[in-house]
Amino acid sequence: MQVGYFTERPYRWLPEEEILRNRGYFGVSNSFFDREKAADDYHYYLDEYCYAEDLGFDVVALNEHHGNPFCMGSVMNVEASVLAYRTKRVRIVLIGNPLPVIKHPLRMAEELAEIDLISRGRLVTGWVRGAGSEQFFNNANPAYNREMFNEAHDFIVQAWTRPGPWRYEGKHFHYRHVNPWALPFQKPHPPMWIPGVLSPETVQWCAEHRYPYIGLGTQLGPTCDLWDFYADVAAKNGYQAGPENFGYLIPTVLADSEEKAQKIADNFVYGGGQNAFSAPQFTMPPGYNSKGAIRMLAKQQTSTWLGVSGEKIRESMEEGDTGAVNYDEVRRKLRAGLQKVQQNLQVIAGTPTTVIPKIKSILSVLRPGIFIMFSIQGSVGNDDRRTSMRLFADDVMPVLKEHAKAIDLPDPFQRTPGSVKLTAGTSRGPVADRAPLAELGLK
Amino acid sequence: MNEPDAESASCVRVRESGSTKRETPLANFIEETVKAAGAEIALVRGGSGKPLLILHDELGYPGWMTWNEKLAQDRTLLIPQQPGYGNSPRIEWIMNYRDLGGFYSQVLREMKLEPIDVIGFSAGGFIAAEMAAADPAIFSHMVLVAPMGIKPAQGEIMDFFAVTVRRHLMATIADPANTPEYTKIYGGQMTPDRFEAFEEARAETARIGWEPFMHNPSLPHLLRGLKTPTLLVWGTRDQVVPRGCIDAYRAAITGAQVAEIEGAGHRPEIENTAEFDRAVRKFLAA
Repeated sequence: MQVGYFTERPYRWLPEEEILRNRGYFGVSNSFFDREKAADDYHYYLDEYCYAEDLGFDVVALNEHHGNPFCMGSVMNVEASVLAYRTKRVRIVLIGNPLPVIKHPLRMAEELAEIDLISRGRLVTGWVRGAGSEQFFNNANPAYNREMFNEAHDFIVQAWTRPGPWRYEGKHFHYRHVNPWALPFQKPHPPMWIPGVLSPETVQWCAEHRYPYIGLGTQLGPTCDLWDFYADVAAKNGYQAGPENFGYLIPTVLADSEEKAQKIADNFVYGGGQNAFSAPQFTMPPGYNSKGAIRMLAKQQTSTWLGVSGEKIRESMEEGDTGAVNYDEVRRKLRAGLQKVQQNLQVIAGTPTTVIPKIKSILSVLRPGIFIMFSIQGSVGNDDRRTSMRLFADDVMPVLKEHAKAIDLPDPFQRTPGSVKLTAGTSRGPVADRAPLAELGLK
Repeated sequence: MNEPDAESASCVRVRESGSTKRETPLANFIEETVKAAGAEIALVRGGSGKPLLILHDELGYPGWMTWNEKLAQDRTLLIPQQPGYGNSPRIEWIMNYRDLGGFYSQVLREMKLEPIDVIGFSAGGFIAAEMAAADPAIFSHMVLVAPMGIKPAQGEIMDFFAVTVRRHLMATIADPANTPEYTKIYGGQMTPDRFEAFEEARAETARIGWEPFMHNPSLPHLLRGLKTPTLLVWGTRDQVVPRGCIDAYRAAITGAQVAEIEGAGHRPEIENTAEFDRAVRKFLAA
């Protein structure tokens, strides 16, 4: 099993009330941006990723968001370039470049090839559709989001594998001279891992392409359902899915005492946390979600990644009064919500002693070949962040690795995703184990 | 002027609904499926007399209302549901409002309906203007109600994609509480089905109108010299389309008349039906 480290690189100097007043991180005025502090933090976060390598993590994962203090990575390829040069061992995982938002797949192919070359083949390149708010920020037509995603992906793979020069006339992209000089170090191209929040179209696409799918802190029950869906599509495509096809990323924080861990964990709901990534009108722009996805999300009772949830759909339908806000009351509700998601094992907080059994349970249920720790959000100081990382790496990671070995969770480098052939007419094997869910009192 | 010819070779009526289930005492109208321009379009047809084409707005055909009933007394209203809305399937090759205008022009030619009078509402006004720009003889009279399509001389077209559907709807009416037809059609709790229908309409509008947002920079240039008698209708409390759009259309279409409806918002046809009906009738009769 590959164990990874991920952080959103939160902007740590924004008063919480500004986020609450704005009903989300997206759209808070950049007049609050402090250049000096931000420069320090960019340095700190890059150092933190290097520290993750020193601690023994297998991979470091980056992402990007636009116009949003929730995540300072606006152009993650810049940070990936620095890490490609500074680090020596870790794989650099991008989860992922928002193809329809960037709208320039040839340039993307060149940038990523350079990063893979500089890192001498340590790049894992993932793709995303970009959050709803990013369609606004980049003026990317949400109704063409998936079409552009698919076309850009197909184009990039071609640009990396088909000798140039050649001409490309697609639907959304057009290039008269495709011949990128820099090609990726890895042949035929870097591996691709795709993160998601349960959109069935994305899962199907991943299974068809034999790309590992990484669930982003999604509820365990629905995640099992989607693993099954992936495995069904895989079976139709002639292979047995296994741990090498699945990854899971989850908010995790550790401290020397339970009390301190809980105090720090409050920062997962700073300003509303992921659910306040953007207000409803920016979360699901027109045309961005398919009918099927909207119906599926509407079924989810609790909030999920970046606030894409049934709750947001209901808010869109019945948007209420936005008058005076009692911030203390909002904070109280947020903290109460945090307890609930901890019970659901969607946020893990504690000392190594209490954290280990929880993550072991998750691994037993979801059987992922990739596990990624999502570091603390909010305005937590450097020391607490590093302590959390160190406790995880020193005390938790070795136990998880042993557990993964014991229950046989090969990662995508140990077993190539899609390499286990399934003869037509043979029924597929299970990919998740729901039995521990009942023991945990979860559905 | 030709009467609509639903039996011509290029235009086949494939389905006709019976009387509608509406509870209102309004006139009979039918929804039929018309096959034209290589596609199938749901078409609402009601009233009798000279045909009058109605192009609905960006939220879709909201149903037969009092203003329809009034005009249907002596006109045959033809209300196509835009491809991608309601019962008309999306047409993938239509990627902007000019494409859509070209499509509707083909439909009119195949139905032998041109020249015809038209009323276009909001984005429907945009479509009508594109059609007139490409074929100045296609309309005998053109009524554009709070039309989008030209970048306003001053102000901005409200970015209705950046608000929830509920806020979008609310912004179209100056005084929702005192607009009975608004309350009847959009009021109360939104059902999941209705929400989905609105989201589909908004998705299709985004697909073809996202960028440039609900206008076409070349449209005012192509409208230059248009002789079609044109009436621009605008509610003085319109929060969606600014007066600057009306001014831009006046600058583009020499001789265009303006009918301002005092106190109305973006839907003068239901906010002040009497005044709307009077202004439109007077203009169409001229």
